[in-house]
Parts: sequence; C-alpha cells; structure tokens
Amino acid sequence: MQRKAVSSMRRRQLGFYVLMAAPLVFLLIFYFYPLQEIVRVSMTWRDRLQPEVLWSRLWASSTRRVIGFTFGQAFISTVLTLLLGLPGAYVFARYDFPGKRLIQALTTVPFVLPTVVVAAAFSTVLGPRSLLAERLGAGFDLRYTLSAILIAHVFYNYTVILRMVRGFWSTLDPYLEQAARTLGAPPLRVFWEITLPLLLPVVATAGILVFIFCFTSFGVVLILGGPRFATLEVEIYRQTIQLANLPLAAALSLVQIFFTLGWTLAYTRLQERISRPLDLQPQWVTQRRPRKPLEVVFLVMNLSLMAVLMVYPLLALVLRSFGRGLQFYIALFENPSHGIFYVPPLAAVGNSLRIALLAMGLALILGLLASLGLYRQRLGWLVDALFMLPLGTSAVTLGLGYLLTMGRPPFRLRGSVALIVFAHTLVALPFVVRSLLPALQSIQPRLRESAALLGASPLRVFIEVELPIVWRALAVGAVFAFTVSMGEFGATSMIVRPDMPTIPIAIFRFLSRPGALNYGQALAMSTILMTVSVFGFVAIERLRPPGTQAF
Amino acid sequence: MKHWLILMLLLALLLMGCAPATPEPTPAVTAPRELRVMTHGSFDISAEVIEAFETRHNARLQFLDAGDTGEMVSQAILSRDDPLADVMYGIDNTFLSRALEADVFVPYQPEALADIPDAFVLDDQFRVAPVDYGDVCLNYDRAYFEDAAVSPPQTLEDLTDPAYRGLLVVQNPASSSPGLAFLLTTISAFGEDRYLDYWRQLRANDVLVVDSWSSAYYTEFSGGAGSEGARPIVVSYATSPAAEVHFSGEALEEPPTAAIVAPGTCFRQIEFVGILRHGAHRDLAEEFVEFALSDSFQSDIPLHMWVFPVSETAELPEVFATHAVRAESPATLSVGQIEQNREAWINAWIDAVLR
Repeated sequence: MQRKAVSSMRRRQLGFYVLMAAPLVFLLIFYFYPLQEIVRVSMTWRDRLQPEVLWSRLWASSTRRVIGFTFGQAFISTVLTLLLGLPGAYVFARYDFPGKRLIQALTTVPFVLPTVVVAAAFSTVLGPRSLLAERLGAGFDLRYTLSAILIAHVFYNYTVILRMVRGFWSTLDPYLEQAARTLGAPPLRVFWEITLPLLLPVVATAGILVFIFCFTSFGVVLILGGPRFATLEVEIYRQTIQLANLPLAAALSLVQIFFTLGWTLAYTRLQERISRPLDLQPQWVTQRRPRKPLEVVFLVMNLSLMAVLMVYPLLALVLRSFGRGLQFYIALFENPSHGIFYVPPLAAVGNSLRIALLAMGLALILGLLASLGLYRQRLGWLVDALFMLPLGTSAVTLGLGYLLTMGRPPFRLRGSVALIVFAHTLVALPFVVRSLLPALQSIQPRLRESAALLGASPLRVFIEVELPIVWRALAVGAVFAFTVSMGEFGATSMIVRPDMPTIPIAIFRFLSRPGALNYGQALAMSTILMTVSVFGFVAIERLRPPGTQAF
Repeated sequence: MKHWLILMLLLALLLMGCAPATPEPTPAVTAPRELRVMTHGSFDISAEVIEAFETRHNARLQFLDAGDTGEMVSQAILSRDDPLADVMYGIDNTFLSRALEADVFVPYQPEALADIPDAFVLDDQFRVAPVDYGDVCLNYDRAYFEDAAVSPPQTLEDLTDPAYRGLLVVQNPASSSPGLAFLLTTISAFGEDRYLDYWRQLRANDVLVVDSWSSAYYTEFSGGAGSEGARPIVVSYATSPAAEVHFSGEALEEPPTAAIVAPGTCFRQIEFVGILRHGAHRDLAEEFVEFALSDSFQSDIPLHMWVFPVSETAELPEVFATHAVRAESPATLSVGQIEQNREAWINAWIDAVLR
C-alpha cells in the first residue's frame, strides 16, 4: 500500500517534468537567454559602467519617485478596474440577454488598438469638446492628467476582469447563494461571505494580471498622461533609446522584473491557499433572463457603463472613418505613388491573422502543458511565477535581447516570421496559464479519481473530464492570446520586422504623415482591425469540443 | 457541425501560416544577391526605382523596418559585430555622432557626392553620405489667423507674447525627434545659458507638450485637414503644407496650413546613408550608396518621404515646387555638440518645463 503511494508520487513527479519540459525550454530560450545576454552586455557596455554612479542613480530621489508613481497608479488602476469590472462580470455570468456576445467582444477591442488611436478616441470623451464638457461647462479637460491615465487603464483592462471572472462565475452553483438567501441573509452579506470567497482565486488572478499590465504601462502613460508622468517602463525606454545609457536601463529593467517577481510570488502562494475544488455547473443551469425590475436596472446600469466607457469612443472613431463616405476605405486599396512600403489592406489583415493564430495556437499548447504540470505540484507556485515574468519585463530590454541572441547560432531567427510568433507567444502565455489554473484547481479530485479507478488512462481523463470543464477558461486564454498578437504587443515593437506588414504597422505608417487622407486611412485601417478582431473573438468563443456538454 | 467547420477553417488558416507565402521565384542564371537595408519607419520609395537597381545589379533589396531613428541606431550599435543589415538609410544629424563614436560605419566616398552641396557633408571621413533633409519648423492654422486679431508669429520671441497664449503645441524632446529638433532650435537661438528662460516663458504662456508628432499634429493641432485639436500653432515640417495638399483626397488648391521659415526658427534634419561594418556584399553596398545619391532615387524622395533631396540636380514634383518651402538660415549646432549635451539639455528642459 505504502509502496503504491510512493510510486504514484514518483509518477506524479515524472509527469510534472514531462509536461513542463516544453514550456520551460521555451521560456529558457525566448525569455531568460535573451534577457541575461542584454543585461550582461549592458553592464559591460563600452566600459560605461561605474558601479557607484549606477548605484547612486538607482537610489536617486527621481528614481524612487518614478517607482512610487508606477506602483501607485497601478494600484489605483487595479482597484478601480475591479470595482467597475466585477459588477459587469456578475451580470454576464448570471444573466442571459440579447447581444451579450457582441458586447463582450466589443469590450475587448481596446486591447488591439494602437494607443495613438485610442488617444484620439479618448479626446472625444475627455477633451474640451466632449459631451461631458458641454454639460460641465468650459474648462473641463481631463487630458494629460492622472485621471486620464486611470480612466484609460480601466478602459483597457475592464475586459480582463470581465472575461476571466465571468467565465469562472458562470460555473459557480447558484444554489449556494439561493440557500443563504432563503436562510435570510441580505444580498450583500451573501456576496461577502459566500460568493466572494468562492470567487477569490479568479478575482486574484485577474487582479494580478491587470496590476502587472498597469505596472508596465507605456503608451497610455506616455500619450494620454502626457510628459509629466513617467513609469519605470517609460524611463527604461528613454534611457535606452534617447540617452543610450544602457547600464542604467538594464538596472531599471531588473528592478521592474524584481518587483514583478515579488508580487507574482505573493500571488501564486496565495492562489494555492485560496483555491478549492468546487461543484461546477454548466452555464444553462446558472444563467437566466433578468426578471425583477431591480435586476433589469442593475443590468442596464452595467451595460451603460460599458457603452459610455468603451462603445462610445470606439464608435466615434468608426464614424469618423466614414466621414467622407467610403473615400478613406477606397484609398486603402490604391497606391498612386507605387511606394514599396504600400500595405494592401487585405494582405495586412491576412498577415495579422496568420501571426495571431499561430501565436495563439502555440500559447495554448504551451499554456495547457504548463498548467497541467503546475496545478497539483507542491512547489508549483514557485515555477508558476516564472511564467508571469515576460509580462513584467520591459519590451525595449527584451527586444534588444532578441536582437543580440536571435541573429547568431544556434538560433538564426532574426527577421523571420517565426521570431515574431515566438515573441507574441511569450507575452500571450501568462494569459493562458492565469486563465487555466483557477479552472483546473476548481475540479473536484474525486471526478478524476473515479475516472482513473474505472480504468481511464491519464490522457482519457484529461480529454473527457478535465478538458470539458476548463474549456471556457481555455477559450478566455485563447481570446487574450489572439488579442495580444493582433495588437502587436511589447517586444515586437523592437524586433526588426520581416517584409510582412500587419494592420498596426499600416496604421503607424499612415499616422506618421500629415494630410486628411492619411488620417482618414489610419481610422479606416483601425476600423478594419476592430472588425476583424470582433469576428475573431466571437469565433473563438463559439468553438466547443465536439460532443461534450459545455460548461 | 458548425463548430467543426469553424475549427477546420482555423486549422486551415494555421496551416497556411506554415506554408511559404509566395512560391519561390525561378532562379536566374546566377541567383540575385540580397542586400539588406536597415531603415526607419518613415522610409518609402517607388517600386520601379528599386526594381531598376535590382535588375541592373542582379540584386534583391530587402528593407528592414527598425522603428524610429533612435531605435534603429541603438539596434545597429548593439549588433555591430554581426549587423542586422549591410546598409543603413536614414540616420540623422541628431544621432549621427553616437553612431560614429560607436564606429558602426565603414568609410566610402561616393562619386555622386561631387554634385551635393558641401553644407550637407558632415563627416569628413566619409563614413556616411547625406541623402535628404527636412526642416522642422512651426506650422500654423491659416483659417484661425485669418479671423484672429493677431498675425501668425514670425520669431521665437513672439510665442512668449500673451497674444499667443495657449496657442502652441510642441513635442517632448525626450520622446520625439521633431520635439528634440525644436529644443535644439531654441538652444541655437538663445544660447545654452538663456534657452531655459525662454522655455519658462513659453510655459507661462501655456505651451502644451505632448509625446509625439502624431499626437501633436492630429490630436492637438487645429490646422491640418485631418486634425482634431484646438491649438493653431504646432511644431511640424516645412513640407507639411505641401503634404496637406497632396493628401487632401480632394482637389485642394491651397493648403489649410502654412510653415514659418523665418531665420533662426527652424532646425534642419539631414539624413544619411552609410555602409555598416561587417556587412555582406561590400561592392553592392557601395553601388546602393551611389544609387541613393543618383537622380532617379533623389527625384523620388519628395513624394515618398516628404523631405528634400540633397542633390541639386534632382527634379522636384509640382506640389513641392508650389507649396513646399525651405528654411531661411536654419539653426546650426554641430553633431558633436548635440551628442555631448543631449542628455543634460533634455534633463534641464524637463526640470524647467515639466516639473
């Protein structure tokens, strides 16, 4: 008996190594190797390194101010996003209403748009010519303030809370809450004492993602916050590109990674303690149409928030792209000057989709392997934290690391499409792992055990028991992986690109020139990007494993 | 059933991604040699011009988009021993010194340099050759100043006058190249000891600083036909009004904006082409430099990159001849001076204007 237990533990250990091999090797090659190389080269950079000077710069009050601001804005942004996003997740988890899929897809659109375009959209909401300004009178202008940064962070990250929490929430058995209500507990108390503790794992997981996203915020702070604000990421960019102070940039990068690691470790440790197996229910059990007037009011309030925050600014962009009828769209298909950098719109769409789908596929495979390896492992939380690091690493630093390492043997990938796919996968991976782990951890062990007892092989247990239950979480991870790639995130901006223009690159090219036609084409291209993405989100969500009951 | 279809479709798309996008071209008698050219994101040129070069030299040009100029230079310096490309196109005089110090170029004196004014040749060792130039200067909204009580500013000092309060939007020199160019203009005009005072006055006159050219021109400026902002004066290029006409999308006769090119109010950005050390196909790289200075390439520059060619024999397109202007005696600062003081100037500027 005892021997059997020991051998089963060995097998589990072995399983851990087998499952983790591919994701860890990927991380090693495409994250740690370039990172250590850029740090090593930076620190020995043309003998510019003087440890005392570097040390004093790191401890300078200006650096501490930057770190303080970075942390503070990320913290407030996360709290705000949670406060606004959780009610939204609730109505999406519990109520069934027309247009639900489309609305959810629309909330994710901000993620794929270049920040310059978002800034233009936002000036219609925050600027002196906005509807709000008309109400509040002249002098109203939220642009280039801390509020603009916070609102923009909510705008971007709302969807992370909505999708992640909603997916989990909709499988929670409403019977628990109903029982408490029947026993006389007021709704708030039910939420506080029953629902929230059950939701905590997924709220924490979405929260940490949002936090790290805001902690490494670049475009939003630079463009919407204006030059008065600087996060660590902005400072790293400035030191690297503008001032060529590579040692300081590398040191700041390490500081940022170190903080990310600290929070992630705290979080993964917490995650392990608060997650518990649950009796999960399929969606058709947990969702219904809102009936009571109060429920309808609550639903309408949440939908209005989404409309004001997300749909209205985006719609303003779309309308402007049709400002001259179809002229801007027709112009996209023309190349009157025969420029070699002309991007045919359909080719850009094809390239973007191809790269995004490849990155999504790879991130899903690696993420699934990693999550399966991690979730029953005692020290899994230590390894788990490693998968979050790419999100917390400066894109400039990592991009330069790729430049140094990916052009020489053994990885001659420079300028290849594969390298772009790998870079996107690296940033998409945390989303997949974060999305899958809480779902896996919530599966009752006895389900697996009874399947195994009945003679099912581990693979069959996975396909018939675990996969159907985590399918929704997998779809959430897939949506974000797809999104990250469509929006050209992070390190790719520093990778020398092959001859394969994507939609965001086309937008940037138009936006770098004066003229109504250029601006109009940038808006038209943005509209195309939004449309393609919305179709992508909806298609991914509709995918189901054949023959199983959906959760 | 429907889900299966979608799944198959996605799979097919994924497989398409694995297959080569275009069929391999049939090999010529001798396969063309590939020359890699690293450029910034604003680079563009006609396909016909490139094809002519490729046919003549049995070459294939591959252009690598390395982001903005600063990113391109950093990448070239870091990959010096195993360069990303064989030639670099588009490094400008604000970054030149950094690349020269890092010794990323090999000297080559093109024959075509004979036709180019000496004022553009900034490296006497010929490690880089000038190819194009553009003047960064103030642009204004013509409609605004037709109705306003004041006339458009003519000097930098005008901008500190209360009559121009809240009218100007500039770019942050720490994140934008026209922003840096305008800062350098003010340093050249007022000297190192007085430029900060000037900026403090601008600040008191409610200057708006934003991160990039796109934000300034499209989100804050009021003049361009695509612009959505409310400020009638912006830092842009002397060729922007011509681009406004060319890209108006309707037969616009007159630009909605105008550039101010009064003496000392503009900064001239000169772009260079250079052969990267340790690159491949040295002879072909030299041919490319000659080609970049040839009239066929030079005449093609204006409508693709909206800057002027350095060659005086190049032909200017009509919209340039009519609407594009050149700065009268632009600000001057040596490339060495810029590289040496950039960090200190920008930091001092941040303290004076942003804190």
